[in-house]
Amino acid sequence: MLQINIDACIGCGLCEEECTYEAISVVDGIAEVNDKCTLCGSCVDVCEVEALHIEREEKQVQSDFGDWSGVCVFAEHRNGRIAPVTFELLGIGRQLADDLEVKLSAVLLGSDLSDKASKLIAFGADTVYQVDDTALEDFTDDAYGNVFEDIVREHKPEIVLAGATAIGRSFIPQVATALETGLTADCTELAIRKEDRTLLQTRPAFGGNVMATIECPYSRPQMATVRPMVMKSLPEDQGRKGEIISYTPKPERLQSRVKVLNSVKEDRDQINITEAEIIVSGGRGLDDEKGFALIRELADALGGAVGASRAAVDSEWIPYPHQVGQTGKTVCPKLYIACGISGAIQHIVGMQSSDMIVAINKDPDAPIFDVATCGIVGDLFEVVPMLTEKIKERKTS
Amino acid sequence: MDYFLTEEQQMIVEVAQQITDEKIIPQRAELDEKEEFATEILKDIAKADLFGLYIPEEYGGYGGGCFEVVLALEQFGRGCVAVATSFAASALGAYPILLSGSKEMKQKYLPDVASGSMKAAFALTEANAGSDASGIQTTAVLDGDEWVLNGTKQWITNAGEAQIYSIVAITDKSKGARGASMFVVEDTDPGFSYGPKEKKMGIRASATRELIFKDCRIPKDRLIGRQGMGFITVMKTLDLSRPGIAILGVGLGQAALDESVTYAKQRVQFGKPIISFQAIQHMLADMAIQVEASRALVYAAAKHIAAHQKDMSKASSMCKVFATDMAMKVTTDAVQVLAGYGYMREYPVEKMMRDAKILQIYEGTNQIQRNVVGQELNKEYT
Amino acid sequence: MNIIVCVKQVPDAKDVRLDPKTNTLSREGVESIMNPYDRHALEAAVQLKENYGGTVTVVSMGPPQAEEVLREAVSCGADEAVLVSDRAFAGADTWATTYTLMKAIKKIGTFDLIICGKQAIDGDTAQVGPGLAHRLNIPFVTCIRNITNCEDSLLKAERLMDDGYDVLEIQLPALLTVVKDINEPRVPSLKGKMKAKKISITSMSAEDIGANPEQIGLNGSTTQVVRVFSPEPRGEKTMLTGSVAEQVEQLIEKLEAIQ
Repeated sequence: MLQINIDACIGCGLCEEECTYEAISVVDGIAEVNDKCTLCGSCVDVCEVEALHIEREEKQVQSDFGDWSGVCVFAEHRNGRIAPVTFELLGIGRQLADDLEVKLSAVLLGSDLSDKASKLIAFGADTVYQVDDTALEDFTDDAYGNVFEDIVREHKPEIVLAGATAIGRSFIPQVATALETGLTADCTELAIRKEDRTLLQTRPAFGGNVMATIECPYSRPQMATVRPMVMKSLPEDQGRKGEIISYTPKPERLQSRVKVLNSVKEDRDQINITEAEIIVSGGRGLDDEKGFALIRELADALGGAVGASRAAVDSEWIPYPHQVGQTGKTVCPKLYIACGISGAIQHIVGMQSSDMIVAINKDPDAPIFDVATCGIVGDLFEVVPMLTEKIKERKTS
Repeated sequence: MDYFLTEEQQMIVEVAQQITDEKIIPQRAELDEKEEFATEILKDIAKADLFGLYIPEEYGGYGGGCFEVVLALEQFGRGCVAVATSFAASALGAYPILLSGSKEMKQKYLPDVASGSMKAAFALTEANAGSDASGIQTTAVLDGDEWVLNGTKQWITNAGEAQIYSIVAITDKSKGARGASMFVVEDTDPGFSYGPKEKKMGIRASATRELIFKDCRIPKDRLIGRQGMGFITVMKTLDLSRPGIAILGVGLGQAALDESVTYAKQRVQFGKPIISFQAIQHMLADMAIQVEASRALVYAAAKHIAAHQKDMSKASSMCKVFATDMAMKVTTDAVQVLAGYGYMREYPVEKMMRDAKILQIYEGTNQIQRNVVGQELNKEYT
Repeated sequence: MNIIVCVKQVPDAKDVRLDPKTNTLSREGVESIMNPYDRHALEAAVQLKENYGGTVTVVSMGPPQAEEVLREAVSCGADEAVLVSDRAFAGADTWATTYTLMKAIKKIGTFDLIICGKQAIDGDTAQVGPGLAHRLNIPFVTCIRNITNCEDSLLKAERLMDDGYDVLEIQLPALLTVVKDINEPRVPSLKGKMKAKKISITSMSAEDIGANPEQIGLNGSTTQVVRVFSPEPRGEKTMLTGSVAEQVEQLIEKLEAIQ
């Protein structure tokens, strides 16, 4: 409950202005809270006379946190390829483990895993817990969740990280629920508060308009999913030493109530641009359909979707569902790269709220540069292939 | 302005408004460009129960009247006159059944029209019978238990998309105006076919085709009302439907005004948004005044028609002329306010101007409407 | 088929901004809406009902005014609405939320399917669906983009993946979360709106659902927000200079740094 100290309150109204939920109002010179309060705490922070306070019962800790030690990452892979986010997790995991002076482990689940475990070691893991079982050939929430949960229970890492990918964001929440611990989704920043070894997890909220730092004070492990393309991976070091431990799950833990009948890989053209976090868009500047292929390649390298201006769609280089703008779709990705798009207002209204906008255009006066965060004036036929190449290099390095 | 709608009328507005904003407006430019019939949007309208607005509850409708239809059409017209026309034309096709059809006929067709699973169309016009309906050449001859139809109807809205057609045919040439009758033709009837889709200036997402009858045989009971009552049903139908066309002008005018004001606030010339220039302000003010005056007249006419089964013609014609002439003027001015941008297809106002023109023409040209008003005046002042 | 749809009332995220001068959340003009993903969840449920029969019950945990989104859901085809509301629920994180919803759903009774939106646009966590399924001990699949068939307690559906999609068979009862690709939500119908106006919404308090006070609201939460702040401003436009290679290099650095 939000407590209001009526002796301290000066009725300044700061809390009322602050509250997003219209839950607090100043009546007769004193703040009053109503049912709409969600205990978000923003009014407490803004109060200059410390008249507001959120009462929270001291909780029993789950157990002695001393048992829990180490950093553990879930090593995602699909179609025989380790997901780029896995290397990024190993990069940040390594840093957190070093700060805590503990070990970094990785959990690798699947079937026919070949040398993937040693690759994880080369990218920073000290230990790899590996389960190679045909029951894990397809990703299912049940089996992956059960096995991952069991490994975490057994080895007790204090921090568990997974990629905020379709897979990670699907099965990690049930693991956290099963372990009766907190989970912070889609983190963009992770750090250790050294005094109490707490993991500070920072993530965007309200569609990226607000950032929040979250901690998990009462239970272990501290779990987070991490947004891809944010953390840096370490360079591969073939000489690194580490241990690969095979883990044998109980057979009943490999059962799944969901059956994967088929996995279909789709090219970037099929991905709905309104769901995409990264969009590479092309316009008139691409000259023809062949030019548009450059856009697809860059999108592929970035793991993004393909967008287009009306000019490109009208020229039939790409079908209408890819059109961004007033007569197309409105998109709000984390990253929008506009190549050869001049930036007619009708296009801009469809993409201007993207977090980061990169514009590549040969005309320095093109209006697209007015909304760009970052602009390159140049020949896109030179810039785009080079960018694609560099991004691919970075991924495989 | 507040027109003191009832709670239920307000709900109709909200439902239509949401369809307009979420379904019609995002798609209108593409539909117009491709001249594509708005099948999916009409399904959305059907799911929202609006096809049943004017159909009595006993036939599965909402039981509203002219005014309720006007409220929905105002919103659709704000979104796209082509989509709104497809909706309105279905009502126009169903009115003859509603006004003159037998109980059996109503039971047969109206529930499906109300649910939106069946669309209707109205067919009066022919190559030689436009404003002058006496030129109708389509004939219907009774042969045993069947009527045999021959002739061609022209510029029929919803043709090829609707499942039922209320058509006018001559059953006895010697009786003049009393020699015409109305019939329901189903799209599967033998001897019934469509001409190619017409290419139009505006309302390009609506379907307009010929109806061709070559020894088209239909059952005897497809006659709407009594033989020879065709023109009376036509006149009643049009009196009832015209406020629906008038209100499209109001919705369209409102949309043009909205676009103009939004643009004028954004567009900077000589260091100021152009809305700060009096030349623009006066244009916008005139647009707003005309839109509101038209709305007030159409609402009043629709309420009058809903309340009076007779003496509908004058009110109906007055509001059609006033609101559609207004729409032509206001949309033309909107293009002027947006100037170069307004002339480009990237912006919606050029389509609005193209769409406005038909409102002055169909369901009786505005010249014919003035005739009606004039004749009514002549009668009143005897 | 009895389907439960979980819906949340959220501030329209695109309007929420931290005021850069005062560093406070500006609420001016922020409307409360039904979480957009939940509209797709509801539509999926209503379509299943139309195809296979049954009922759709919407449930929302939230303050009393969340009743608005429940009425909206009824106007779009839901049959029953349950509001789980108590001041004791305030401040809940996803852990406490899944507990509360689990208790409420057990109180509502039997079901064949629960459908949730993929995530709520205010928190973007995407955790409530999977967590709730775990607590109810039922299978779940997230990010469903298509439901193709439902017969004999077996549901066939497609799950959106980062590089395509998986075709799945799910044993009911189960929980699904859906992405926007799955359908185009309908707008309220006239009859729906009239029904929504009249329907009496079942309200459940913490006591009604038999919740353990230690598991709900702020006290039941496992995570704690310690700081809310404005993201790094997007910054002024930077025009890169130098050779093409140099510009590309700078751009890559920026992509890494800013993301």
